[in-house]
Amino acid sequence: MRRIVWALALAGTVLAGPVMAQQPIKIGVTIAKTGPAASLGIPQANTVTLLPTEVAGQKIEWIVLDDASDTTKGVANARKLASDDKVDAIVGSSVTPVSLALIEVAAEAKVPMISLAASAKIVAPMDDKRRWVFKAPQNDALMAEAIAAHMAKAGVKSVGFIGFNDAYGDGWLSEITPRLEAKGIKLAATERYARTDTSVTGQVLKVIAAKPDAVLIAGSGTPAALPQKTLKERGYAGKYYQTHGVANADFLRVGGKDVDGTVLPAGPLLVAEQLPESNPVRKVALDYTKAYEAKFGAGSLATFGGHAYDAQVLLANAIPVALKTAKPGTPEFRAALRDALEGLKEVVYTHGVVAMTPTDHVGQDDRARVMVTIENGRWKLMPATN
Amino acid sequence: MDATILLLLLQDGVVNGAIYALIALSLVLVFTVTRVILIPQGEFVAYGALTLASLEAGTLPGTVPLLLGLGACAFLADCAEARHNLDGRALLRFGLRDLALPGVVAVIAWLLAPTKPGLPVEILLTLVIVTPMGGFLHAVAFRPLAHASVLVLLIASVGVHLALTGLGLVFFGAEGSRTPPLSEASFPAGPLLVSGQSLWMIGLTLAIIVALWLFFSRTLLGKALIATAVNRLGARLMGIAPSLAGRLSFSVAAFIGALSGVLIAPLTTVYYDTGFLIGLKGFVAAIIGGLASYPAAAAAALLVGIIESVASFEASAFKEVIVFMAIIPVLLWRSLRSAPVEDEE
Repeated sequence: MRRIVWALALAGTVLAGPVMAQQPIKIGVTIAKTGPAASLGIPQANTVTLLPTEVAGQKIEWIVLDDASDTTKGVANARKLASDDKVDAIVGSSVTPVSLALIEVAAEAKVPMISLAASAKIVAPMDDKRRWVFKAPQNDALMAEAIAAHMAKAGVKSVGFIGFNDAYGDGWLSEITPRLEAKGIKLAATERYARTDTSVTGQVLKVIAAKPDAVLIAGSGTPAALPQKTLKERGYAGKYYQTHGVANADFLRVGGKDVDGTVLPAGPLLVAEQLPESNPVRKVALDYTKAYEAKFGAGSLATFGGHAYDAQVLLANAIPVALKTAKPGTPEFRAALRDALEGLKEVVYTHGVVAMTPTDHVGQDDRARVMVTIENGRWKLMPATN
Repeated sequence: MDATILLLLLQDGVVNGAIYALIALSLVLVFTVTRVILIPQGEFVAYGALTLASLEAGTLPGTVPLLLGLGACAFLADCAEARHNLDGRALLRFGLRDLALPGVVAVIAWLLAPTKPGLPVEILLTLVIVTPMGGFLHAVAFRPLAHASVLVLLIASVGVHLALTGLGLVFFGAEGSRTPPLSEASFPAGPLLVSGQSLWMIGLTLAIIVALWLFFSRTLLGKALIATAVNRLGARLMGIAPSLAGRLSFSVAAFIGALSGVLIAPLTTVYYDTGFLIGLKGFVAAIIGGLASYPAAAAAALLVGIIESVASFEASAFKEVIVFMAIIPVLLWRSLRSAPVEDEE
């Protein structure tokens, strides 16, 4: 049987591979190459072109589909991957709403799935369906904790919150509120805005009127620069905090000098070259950075792409274990792969070190976050505070 | 809310309202002449802003290849339209208009872009790149449907909007851009700080309103457009080509859209899909103005801007809900006041 799979249409890149004598492992990827979350999906799609096509002497076939950040499309993609292509694992999607919908498909088809979206709800609370689901990015809780700790240390007594009017903003608000309370920090104002808003003057005036010591902006990508620029324009002189959603070069480009001094938690990948030599993440993250920037240009790296790479690292570590018990393309192999993923211990990837357990399918610890500040338009690693 | 905050909100609302007013004006213009509700108007705004931003960065904007492609499509559409009396002169005219013009613009852009010729030249170049797209779009997507119902035209319009948004993502990428302001100056006025940028925006909006009024009341071409709007068949009998009128109004709309983009780019980050929401708010204003009156649409746009600004202060989570709900009482009032019309045509 000879068959050519056109895996990637991006920039005419074609991943073609005649099938060898042995059945290859097929991995289906559904990500948001277009639509509102395209700034997450595009680096992820780019990353897939860098991934190895062979692990432990076993060919791997990557099948990439675009779900346009749309839940219906994502579910259709996943069903197609599971039933037509008979994939051994699904990677995706880039955003939380789509990933939540994919849980159903993964559990039904009994295919292990690794989500590239942030929300903890994708893997918790653990149940019969979520048994099949793993997650590469950090939980918001891990990041929120770091922010609250940093604020307490910096002597912040009250905080103004400006967040996206969607799941991202909601998630952050619900994670940060109890953590601020625990540290005795008051949430002085809670304002919302939309990714597509062209003006946030109203929200900013309200936050300034509450006179908080610091402002936390919970947005992702370049739209998170707008509230900060408006705050600066209106003369707000307190501290600025952002979330790990802004960790790409475009945020620095759009934010310009107005975002200097901002503090945010991020995955270690963002400041890989500044990590101490002793940090195990450093080497993996630098290798990925080099490979990515060699192909897509210097400074093009976004931490979101790293999650796709990390999903591959998890799979590459689990596949040899699963191969011992079953052949690729069979239900037994998929079950074995799931068990192998759950049994991963001390696996180093670009965003930290992972130890999965039956109840924790993210498996990260403090090594999956660093505090970063922006200095002269560059990310700067802050000395460890946790 | 104290008086200072209210003033600040009003100022913000008026500045945003000026952009909505520009959109509303072009929507009214296109609708009255061609009966098309121009949903892609927002895309012209995004294209204008992003084109300026890439010229600012010294790179060739993605709209240049798009312009060449659209021109080629328009050339084919023109030839197909005139297939029964296609001669050398017609071919030459189409070739000049659809192929040579974008070609010349592309060469100029290609030569000038890496030299970063300064803001005024870049703005001019942006307008020259985006404006012809309006006419090309009309030739490709709307002229073949000129006799269709408003609903069919609306569906075509949605299709064009989706296509242009997708092309925007391809040519400009998912991340947004900002440009430096037209003027760094600012003037203190009581508790307010009026920026030169906002004066530019309000001034240009007023200038365009006056220019449109002069154009429609003082020039032959403008009167021909009004005539087409009032009675297509009658205008045709008087020797006015409806397709020319349509093409002209689309070009004017694209020009106004690109100009709005240039004006809004320094105030906010513009993305490939930013245009839709701006366009929608302009549409709300145009609807309040009855899709017929320029001054009413401009006033309504100002109102939309102010409602939006106050709503984002009072209840930021419900801002869009409040803005778009404002249309309901107006529609109710309009439908109660006017006699029921059975059919639109």
